[in-house]
Amino acid sequence: MKVKLLFAVILLLLLSSLSFAQDDSAEIDTSAVVEELVLPAPPGNLSGVDKPNDHGHSIDLSWELSPDDGGGLNTVLQYDIYHWVPNLMLELNLVRDSISVIQKIIRKTTNGIIEGSQADSMKKVFEKLSRSELFDVRNSLTEYVKKGNKGLAEACKSYPEGGAWLFLDKKPSGTSTFDHIGSKEFKSSGFVPDFANLYYRVDAVTADGAKASSNILGPIQSSGQWYNTFRTPVVFSVLLFTLLTVFFVQKARKGADLYVRPLGGIEAVDDAIGRATEMGRPILYVLGLGSAADIATIASFTILGRVAKKVAEYQTELLVPTYDPIVMTVAQEVVKSAYLDAGRPDAYKEDTVHFVTQSQFAYVAAVNGIMLRELPATNIYMGKFFAESLILAETGALAGSIQISGTDEIAQIPFFIVACDYTLIGEELYAASAYLGKEPVLLGSLKAQDYAKAAIIVLAVIGVILAQFDFGTEFVNLFEVVN
Amino acid sequence: MTEHKNIFDKMMTLDRRWVFLFLIIVCVATYVVDFEIPINTEPEVESIFNFLDSLPENDIVLIAIDYDPNNLAELHPMTYAVVEHLWRKKVKIIFTSLSQLGPAMADQAIRDISDSLKVDKTYNYNGVEHNFKGREIVNGVDYTFLGFKPYYALIILGMGQDFRLNFPSDYYGTPLDDLPMMQGVINYDQVACVVDLSGGNITDAWISYGQGRFNFPLMLGLTGVMVSQYYPFLGSGQVSGIMGGLLGAAQYEELADNPGRAKDGMRVQLYAHYVIILFIILGNIGYFMTRRNRLKGGN
Amino acid sequence: MKRQLPFLLVFIFGAFMTIQYYIPHESSEFVYTFLLDWTMIIGIFALALGIWSLYQVSVEKIKHKKENWVYSYVTLFGLFIMVVLGFTFKVGDSWGLYSVFVIALMAFLYCLINASIAKSKGLWFGLSGVALVVLLGIAYFDDSWGVAFMTSEGLRNTMFTNFADFVMTPILATMFALLAFFIASAAYRAFRARNVLASLLLVSAIIVMLRFNPYMPFGLPELIAELSNWLMNVPNLAAQRAIVIGIGLGIVATSLKVILGIERGYMGKG
Repeated sequence: MKVKLLFAVILLLLLSSLSFAQDDSAEIDTSAVVEELVLPAPPGNLSGVDKPNDHGHSIDLSWELSPDDGGGLNTVLQYDIYHWVPNLMLELNLVRDSISVIQKIIRKTTNGIIEGSQADSMKKVFEKLSRSELFDVRNSLTEYVKKGNKGLAEACKSYPEGGAWLFLDKKPSGTSTFDHIGSKEFKSSGFVPDFANLYYRVDAVTADGAKASSNILGPIQSSGQWYNTFRTPVVFSVLLFTLLTVFFVQKARKGADLYVRPLGGIEAVDDAIGRATEMGRPILYVLGLGSAADIATIASFTILGRVAKKVAEYQTELLVPTYDPIVMTVAQEVVKSAYLDAGRPDAYKEDTVHFVTQSQFAYVAAVNGIMLRELPATNIYMGKFFAESLILAETGALAGSIQISGTDEIAQIPFFIVACDYTLIGEELYAASAYLGKEPVLLGSLKAQDYAKAAIIVLAVIGVILAQFDFGTEFVNLFEVVN
Repeated sequence: MTEHKNIFDKMMTLDRRWVFLFLIIVCVATYVVDFEIPINTEPEVESIFNFLDSLPENDIVLIAIDYDPNNLAELHPMTYAVVEHLWRKKVKIIFTSLSQLGPAMADQAIRDISDSLKVDKTYNYNGVEHNFKGREIVNGVDYTFLGFKPYYALIILGMGQDFRLNFPSDYYGTPLDDLPMMQGVINYDQVACVVDLSGGNITDAWISYGQGRFNFPLMLGLTGVMVSQYYPFLGSGQVSGIMGGLLGAAQYEELADNPGRAKDGMRVQLYAHYVIILFIILGNIGYFMTRRNRLKGGN
Repeated sequence: MKRQLPFLLVFIFGAFMTIQYYIPHESSEFVYTFLLDWTMIIGIFALALGIWSLYQVSVEKIKHKKENWVYSYVTLFGLFIMVVLGFTFKVGDSWGLYSVFVIALMAFLYCLINASIAKSKGLWFGLSGVALVVLLGIAYFDDSWGVAFMTSEGLRNTMFTNFADFVMTPILATMFALLAFFIASAAYRAFRARNVLASLLLVSAIIVMLRFNPYMPFGLPELIAELSNWLMNVPNLAAQRAIVIGIGLGIVATSLKVILGIERGYMGKG
């Protein structure tokens, strides 16, 4: 009850300060005051559109430059852009400001609050509250803003009554466009409601502060789109590639013979496990620094499953230190089912796959320690690797282990090639799962990749030829994707 | 077994610990003994220096400190060389840092360079003697440090609209509008150029989102391993200059006649390179001689 | 059902993420950020599992007195004490009984670890109880330092920053610096003129390295610089682009296989 009372008092205080704020704020339009000055010619033909291919809340404005821009006696220095907002918005902005002050008090930082400012006086009021009261007031105010925002579209209809022109931004002379990118967050003071009537005005400003206003643009509404036309080339290529994949998978299912060239690195895995068994030493499997969402790591899980199955059959020890906890959980599951498939669930130990740390070089230190203490017969590195690749691989070579690696990080491939016995280069890592399983459905996708590559080569050759005849840019533009 | 090995066999199959030992001796020796090595400057660094040197007083340069302590050895010297050059010439600087541990790097550099600016100094470059009086560097007047924000691509785009959008206040908590040098400074339009010193992907964002959209002159300072990836952008004109690794920093120091950490480091790096080349040559001599002996023996 | 449900979920969310890329609308963004938030939440819970796994492995090492088992204590102390340091901060001018608090914390951890492996559990549990009482007593009565859970004050704790600046950073930098030595030894072994291709590699490597050499006769520097630029920009870049295109297609193909449930290796169904 007490909190509710407090909330009401604060709200009243805030709203009563609204009139004070309007008089005080330098951002409110003051063009009426500077009548005596010589006015520049106004910018003309202000027009605007809803920003295309976006999530809404934004308007693209454009205008014709003032004739005094770049010449004449009253040279235009800059353009001030204003938009009309209903009183409700000003009121909500005040409440938003107080929420941010409360937030700062809760977090025990007072950064950015200038002494003597409005925020400072708010701070003095709120500082007296206890922590739990602060939370309650914040929540009530947030709720108030949320409700108030729903009424914004309605309030905008009252134009030109019950609102004010608010300064938005300034642009230097010579500029004739401005993108008003509003926030979609109702908590932000830059919030722009969708499907509400918006009004804009641009003023040309001279050095002595004389202003001339353009025509008023409005009502205009912003909205979000359901399809991003900038990304059409991607849709086409993804569809094409999916069709190719499905086609070859179907073909493979029907029994077509698909050839895959042998991958030395994968062939070597079986020998390496045999060697480890003979020597009675463990096998070290490193999944790299990637997260479980990286395709390299996903491919690595498949290879790990295969290695674990063989290890279970041969009864060798397997060590899998991991960098990412999610990767650890998935790898545990992979290894466990591999042991189950091999018919030796009893041989599976919980600490086969364990977590080390999420610090790059601390992880390297730990893995290098394992290499030098346990002297594994075989080290397998599959996944995403960065600056640590050579430190790992050289230490492994120093310990006398057979090393097999695979990564899609281009900068690290040379390091692995130098220090390891076998290296899977880039896409070979992804192909490994298809190669291991020899399942026709998996091989089908490899075939699709080959055709896609052929298509890219053909397009590249066409591009080179067209570039000789000055059609290069048009051709490249066909594939342009704007983010 | 070992007694059968002749000198060439040994040259070919040297234990790597000898390489390590030799390298550390050379590194320590060249670090301890102070001597100067000549630095040949290259056009891609010269263009950065000449551009920055041509800026008039009170112009503003944005320097992005986008590296972590990992890359400190290569990129810190660039920061020191460039910032000192600009401040001596009374050019103002906006610092940003879009990498997580970057603010600590920037903070350290600002403190150190402010100290060295307090003494008078004379530099002799472009054939002219430049005398600079020592002065106090003031936050908000000579520089603004915006600090760190995550999601670098969005921040780079945001700064193109208004610095205040993502950084309403600077690293030390002062609102940007309260800083004298930020009066009237809205976005990249008021900045003479952007210098990005980076050890990672952030450079790509500066090229595509920053330079691509807002068209400011962009200059890069990169780690040695990254440089080769960015030369194509130099050819296409998207990047106006590149400093690559310690060598790039040393070239800048050479051009500005302000020898510092980079030139010190170059001594070590140059002789470490020689050691590597020497070992490669040794290995190859060993390889050829052994093969020749084997062929002879076979015949 | 137990086997089908995960694949169904992968299909639904995978397909959504694919389509989401083409929909800029707010509602699609909402679902997208909602899913990303969940990834983060799951990640944090998985981190707890990870720390538990690290704890278990370390305790196991101590229990069986495996090689270098003493370091496992260092790992565990480092793990827990840094967390506590990061949450505490100095209030007044002196640290008061803070050092006793840290020592009691270490004693508590030590007793707890031993309690989980020793045979006479009662004794160790009793000792850890004593340590805990001391800990809580100091925490309650000592006003010279405080605990900060929701603010960043703890991160400015001098003990925390000193450990980070003067222990962790130099160690990490040292690990990184090892790279120089490994590059030297790797280069020594790799660059052998075994055949024509290897000789080409050797020659181009030496050209690129010589570019940084200031002691060269007149005229040669320009030639070397031009040559090494060409090597970097033409053959090197061409090969890199080819690999990147291959990787890109591989990623799309593998993602497609994962979404369609063809590739199941990551669930241990390889």
